[in-house]
Amino acid sequence: MTTRGWITLAVMALLGVLPPLFFLTGNPFYLDLATRLVILAIAAVSLNLILGYGGLVSFGHAAFVGLGAYAVGIPAHHWLYTGWGDWATMGYVQLPLAVLACAVFALLTGLVCLRTKGVYFIMITMAFAQMIYYLIVSIEEYGGDDGLVIDTRSQFAWIDLDNPLQLFGLAYVSLIVSMVLVRLIVNSRFGMVLQGAKGNPDRMATLGFNVYVFRLVAYVISGAMAGYAGALLGNFTTFISPEMMDWSRSGELMFMVILGGASTTVGPVLGAVVFIVLEEVLSHFTIYWHLPFGLLLMAVVLFVRGGLAGMFGRKED
Amino acid sequence: MDFSLLVIQGLNGLQLGLLLFLVASGLTLVFGILDFVNLAHGSLYMLGAFFCATLTYLFGNFILALIVAVPITGVIGFLVERFVARPLYARDHLDHVLGTFGLILVIDTLTHLIWGPEGLSVPLPDWLRGQITLWGDTVVPTFRLMIIGAGLAAAAGLFWMVNRTRLGMLIRAGASNRTMVSALGIDIELLFGLVFALGAAMAGLAGMLIAPITEATIGMGNGIIITAFVVIIVGGIGSIKGAFIAALLIGLIDTLGRSFLDDIFALFMSPVAAENSAPAISAMLIYIIMALVLAFRPQGLFPPKVR
Repeated sequence: MTTRGWITLAVMALLGVLPPLFFLTGNPFYLDLATRLVILAIAAVSLNLILGYGGLVSFGHAAFVGLGAYAVGIPAHHWLYTGWGDWATMGYVQLPLAVLACAVFALLTGLVCLRTKGVYFIMITMAFAQMIYYLIVSIEEYGGDDGLVIDTRSQFAWIDLDNPLQLFGLAYVSLIVSMVLVRLIVNSRFGMVLQGAKGNPDRMATLGFNVYVFRLVAYVISGAMAGYAGALLGNFTTFISPEMMDWSRSGELMFMVILGGASTTVGPVLGAVVFIVLEEVLSHFTIYWHLPFGLLLMAVVLFVRGGLAGMFGRKED
Repeated sequence: MDFSLLVIQGLNGLQLGLLLFLVASGLTLVFGILDFVNLAHGSLYMLGAFFCATLTYLFGNFILALIVAVPITGVIGFLVERFVARPLYARDHLDHVLGTFGLILVIDTLTHLIWGPEGLSVPLPDWLRGQITLWGDTVVPTFRLMIIGAGLAAAAGLFWMVNRTRLGMLIRAGASNRTMVSALGIDIELLFGLVFALGAAMAGLAGMLIAPITEATIGMGNGIIITAFVVIIVGGIGSIKGAFIAALLIGLIDTLGRSFLDDIFALFMSPVAAENSAPAISAMLIYIIMALVLAFRPQGLFPPKVR
């Protein structure tokens, strides 16, 4: 196995073992931190599919996360206040709804976004995310600017999401599944075309592939996965607000991918770990933690090529 | 629909459009000439507002503060170009976005450190505080008219500079072929710095003009920058004429949509349904327009001719 393969295993093993240990030894706070970390890592993994492997710089990924969270919050809201049946709180309804809503949103916006390239694509994905942001803000029934409290977490027959350990377990397993999924996609024929189009879209088109369609499918898959992460995030925080889809959230997701190493399996996870831990440590010391954070971000962009994963071994894995 | 309300909202839309143009012109110039995506452009808009607020208290005169604060913002823009943008020119757009995203965090936090978390109000002189009667009982605040006047003057000045002066000629030449311009012995790095400073000064001016109405607040630039992106996408990135037309279009559509969409909807649906759906649709209106424009013209309405 390559060096990076071992690192992937080590990171995932630590991530799986340490947080429950903290919880069982009376530090539940660290389990909470790890749950948020793992959920954001799923979103970063999904972003990596289009940003890293597809070369599509999407600056609106937080919209999918937010939309996924509202797909949990809105049915739960109607269940409590407008007499929707118990089905509205079922995890089997909410999670697929989150995935489906984001897939549809990704399809509709992707149809337009992917007609553009380069900087137009960056700005238009950002603008569509802002559109959803303002849409949610304008709907007073769902709290508008103030956000929405989720009174009931998604109900499952076999696990209880009110139990922090079980919620973490679900998020952790989901992260592994999403990493495996992205890896399978990337190594498939479909993934090869996607990566080929990143390097040279004209060549792929000349070879007879409809690059637009391949990219659109990847965009929809990525958006749907981010929506799933959003549904988990809603279940974790039990409070959702439009702020979740602010464009700085999208920027943070991009930063995680780039910091950890784009187009690597473990990169987005590493990036999420470093991001969340740094945020936690810095904000502990000073309320002005955005200052060192911003400087670090600029330093990483200027001086670190290939991210953290890029420091160990090349290509593959 | 009430005619005098239509006129007033039309003026408000014009005002928003002109402010958007001031912000978008810098973005589109910097992108057109330097091929650089500057997310932190909104932070310069915010800095302009804060400088103007502080100087207004210092001088006791808003107009004087405005005149001094514009070049200061320009200098900040020049420094940003030198120390942040220049090392990033050779990189791809993704690095521009991340680097300037980091810069936003730095500038916003420094602003927080220097001016504190509260917004700063900007007091206006008495002669700008009143209202002007257009006819009957239709009145507009004097200051809003001043914003429109100043915005039009700045736009005219920018067009004159770009189309009629030597500096403008160099800027246009740099936009179409920068290698050729530097081969002809022009100090291209200085030119880049000046373009950045010019864009920063325009954005700063927009921030100064809006500050007496909204206060100078941290993060005020992060909202307008997205709308400015919509403007330059619709107008065609790199085109000043496109930015001007698109800015007025977006400003008017957004303002009029927010005030009259429920009336328009009520013509063909029940008043309750119109009341409920209008806010959501008007919040999304400019993005729907953007999507429509891009669906037919992916390069925007007025793409620059050669790149």
